[in-house]
Amino acid sequence: MNLYKYASPTNFYPLAGKLIPWFATPAAILFAVGLFVGFFIAPPDFQQGDAYRIMFIHVPAAWLGMLLYVLMAFYAGIGWAFNARLASMMASSIAITGAMFTFLALVTGAFWGKPTWGTWWVWDARMTSTLILMFLYIGFISLQSSIEDPRRADRAGAVLALVGVINVPIIYFSVQWWNTLHQGATIRILQKPTIHGSMLWSMLIMLAACWLYSVAVVLIRVRCIILEREQNAARFAEVTV
Amino acid sequence: MLRWIVWRDLLVAWRRRADALSTLFFFVIVVSLFPLGVGPESELLRSIAPGVVWVAALLASMLSLGRLFANDYQDGTLEQLLLTPQPLYLVVLGKVGAQWLTSELPLVCIAPLLGIQFGLSNETLVILVVGLILGTPVLSLIGSIGAALTLGLRGSSVLISILVLPLYIPVLIFGAGAVEANIIGQPAVSHLYLLGAMTVLSIIFAPWATAAALRISIE
Repeated sequence: MNLYKYASPTNFYPLAGKLIPWFATPAAILFAVGLFVGFFIAPPDFQQGDAYRIMFIHVPAAWLGMLLYVLMAFYAGIGWAFNARLASMMASSIAITGAMFTFLALVTGAFWGKPTWGTWWVWDARMTSTLILMFLYIGFISLQSSIEDPRRADRAGAVLALVGVINVPIIYFSVQWWNTLHQGATIRILQKPTIHGSMLWSMLIMLAACWLYSVAVVLIRVRCIILEREQNAARFAEVTV
Repeated sequence: MLRWIVWRDLLVAWRRRADALSTLFFFVIVVSLFPLGVGPESELLRSIAPGVVWVAALLASMLSLGRLFANDYQDGTLEQLLLTPQPLYLVVLGKVGAQWLTSELPLVCIAPLLGIQFGLSNETLVILVVGLILGTPVLSLIGSIGAALTLGLRGSSVLISILVLPLYIPVLIFGAGAVEANIIGQPAVSHLYLLGAMTVLSIIFAPWATAAALRISIE
């Protein structure tokens, strides 16, 4: 079987359609299991009570927000270097899911911070760099949406995403440096000596669920993009396969 | 070639002096608004001065970035420059250099005056100027990537800000950090070294990315 066949959007369209249930169903099941373990089996934390349970969505969201940016830049780079349309489409569809998770990480972080730290927002190094990461996503999405020619949008987005990826570590370390300079108001994230087994399991299950959800949603969105850009070819493929 | 580009852009800028001057006045006005907004206490002003001057410098550089390639793009010069046998890297470096000389260097020159208004000491002013000299080329270089990507788009001036300002954050942190370290009596050298490192890195890599972005925008 020639896998390269699926690098063509027209051939990928029906394949993506078949793959989506295989990711969406386990995602739904794992979300249910993870939330059940997180809410009913994991014991309350002796310091934070029940408020820590928001971590089960917060940590996977923050994790995915960062990883999806790298993945997006990777796809955008492939699409630019090898002139592969499908890879560029994947990058555009990953961007929105990544921005969504970054936003979710910020919001859930604020909800967690209010009862635990007593404040919605602290200019902590991690929070500030997550906020900047969201700005980078917004830049990518708004650049792509203001360019009408899709191929130019793909390539321009690729340049921006790659410049962003090089800058992310620099931004992260400079924000950390900045934060230690302004020591006064910082609150360190509480270090727990150990994490209870069921807490860890719930976190890992939720992480897997978020990954599966991302794959499913990205595939759905990439199908929409293919339909938009290559209407006739995609419909044709759907009928013949 | 490099010298020719710089010379030509300087000449064009000289013929349109008002453009460069308006950037300078924008910088001065933004900085002057802060004492009006936060109150005239000299202690407070001294502590916010580094951040205010640097943020105003970032915003002012946004104004001139829109013009970096736009005029040459409209009259077709840019297309001819892309066709020259010389590497596009040098063309970009020349144009960015001229933009720095016409738009950023005046800001660096006027900054000590604004610093005095905020009650900074002489030694702190030196650090501010050195930081600006090291840091503003990074602003021009990174900004040129944004300018090239948004060439000829609707609302490109707002778009440049969204794309480029987040990438300016390290420069802001170390530039303002150097001045602040000096105010509270810590050595500022480490910040300046890091700013210098960023300048060198962006001179090497940014024109290359800008050249790629120009080729994408003009097809």
